[in-house]
Amino acid sequence: MSAPGSLRSPPMQTVETRPFWEAASRGELLFGRCGSCEEKHYYPRARCPYCFSDQVEWQAASGRGHVYSYSVVRRSDPPYVTAYVTLVEGVTVFTNIVDCDIDRLSIGQPVMIGFEFCSDGQRVAVFRPANLAVESQSSAG
Amino acid sequence: MADCEAYIAGIFEHPTRLAIDKSVPQLHAEVAAGALADAGLSKSDIDGYFCAGDAPGIGPLSMVEYLGLKVRHTDSTDIGGSTPIAQVALAAQAIAAGKCNVALITTAGRPRAAAEAPGTLTEVPDYPENGFELPYRPLLAAGYAMCAMRHMHEFGTTSEQLAWIKVAASQHAQHNSHALLPKPVTVADVLASPMVADPLHRLDCCIMTDGGGAIIVTRREIALNLGRPRVKLRGAGMSIKYQLGSHFDLTTTAGIESGRMAYLEAGLRPADIKYLSTYDSFTITVLLALEDLGFCAKGQGGAFVADGKLISGIGRLPVNTDGGGLCNNHPAHRGGMTKVIETTRQLRGEANPAVQVKNCDLAMSHGTGGMLDRRHGCATIILERE
Repeated sequence: MSAPGSLRSPPMQTVETRPFWEAASRGELLFGRCGSCEEKHYYPRARCPYCFSDQVEWQAASGRGHVYSYSVVRRSDPPYVTAYVTLVEGVTVFTNIVDCDIDRLSIGQPVMIGFEFCSDGQRVAVFRPANLAVESQSSAG
Repeated sequence: MADCEAYIAGIFEHPTRLAIDKSVPQLHAEVAAGALADAGLSKSDIDGYFCAGDAPGIGPLSMVEYLGLKVRHTDSTDIGGSTPIAQVALAAQAIAAGKCNVALITTAGRPRAAAEAPGTLTEVPDYPENGFELPYRPLLAAGYAMCAMRHMHEFGTTSEQLAWIKVAASQHAQHNSHALLPKPVTVADVLASPMVADPLHRLDCCIMTDGGGAIIVTRREIALNLGRPRVKLRGAGMSIKYQLGSHFDLTTTAGIESGRMAYLEAGLRPADIKYLSTYDSFTITVLLALEDLGFCAKGQGGAFVADGKLISGIGRLPVNTDGGGLCNNHPAHRGGMTKVIETTRQLRGEANPAVQVKNCDLAMSHGTGGMLDRRHGCATIILERE
């Protein structure tokens, strides 16, 4: 299952988050890591939401993680999967699980990053079961 | 709250559940008039007005004008659907500070008539999180579903246990002539209803209704002269929970903190509470609240709600005896108002006789509004029949 790219609302981009979206277009998922207190956060902000330092650095995710929780939206036709994925770096992100058997998902399942297009051509990070992950990134749009 | 001495003097729940022929401001006015009549007060007595995002216009500006109020204090704090519960405490603070004597709180809307889904936005505002959520097609129910899924994973909670929350609500609703869904349902009915977002079925979700409600809060001297049963605010708490990506969890709510504050202020414990009205946007919302408010241990919510234990006369803690948002009313997609109203009815002894809790002298209203998985606001108040 792959949600058609045209269904994805384009993300609102600001000067604060532009590096995040530029990285996504290169196939990288960034999160914030504080140079002062070392806490990681997502979604990324210019100022650390833990210690309020402005010494926040961008860190790129490896792309590996596991499902923290998920739900199959069956009210939709076709159904799609929303999920929280915990990256191996310890950061949990809101995303979709794509290219999966929606009846065989489970919490704890390993997943691997991919990127899909929004209706404006911006790419956003999604995840697919790790055993199904392929090197070439999906371009469903 | 000892020096606040604030009392709920008037309540009104609009009997409509579909308001084709009424405007939103009109509904606010009707519930205000209803609460004033219940209190035995008149519009000119109101000197404080509290509303939230369901009130049309900038904060309280348009509604104060529409209602023709002469106020010296207003507050349009909005933490989602639990706001009216928080505003009872905010009104008490304003009264204690001498800012007003008679506070009016209103909620109203007509989402059914307008066929407007929860969280409908006519244009996408520049909320800081939007870019990181909207591309993934977030659905309100799916957010709650992910909390339920995680709770099931960690604690073995089952869909049958969640279904009992709806069953209890429907058992109560059958005695409420205004309830949208007065017909009792079974656990099997809930499980057989269409899956909205795994693991939440259609009957795990609250209803959508038009209408609204209003509350009058006033100071002791005025409450004493009204000749009505006196319902006093004993304690209150408000809290907001959000996710920062790290230290992530979906199995606890801001209710831990709002409840702790309310118990502390009241000098009471969960065992003292005889009745609870708690926000039931989804069945999982109730289950997490029961744990976080200390009525059972974390992870034990499933056993606490199973086998009809939330039904008045059966379990130790009757919950949502009006039928709640699952069966009775969830006006303007905001369930806080009706929670305070039914709690007040219980304390006055004015609930439907079939569900009236015996010797109900201490009760709680609790709300969880917003989006349970992402960011939500909880408000808790403890009320006492004096």
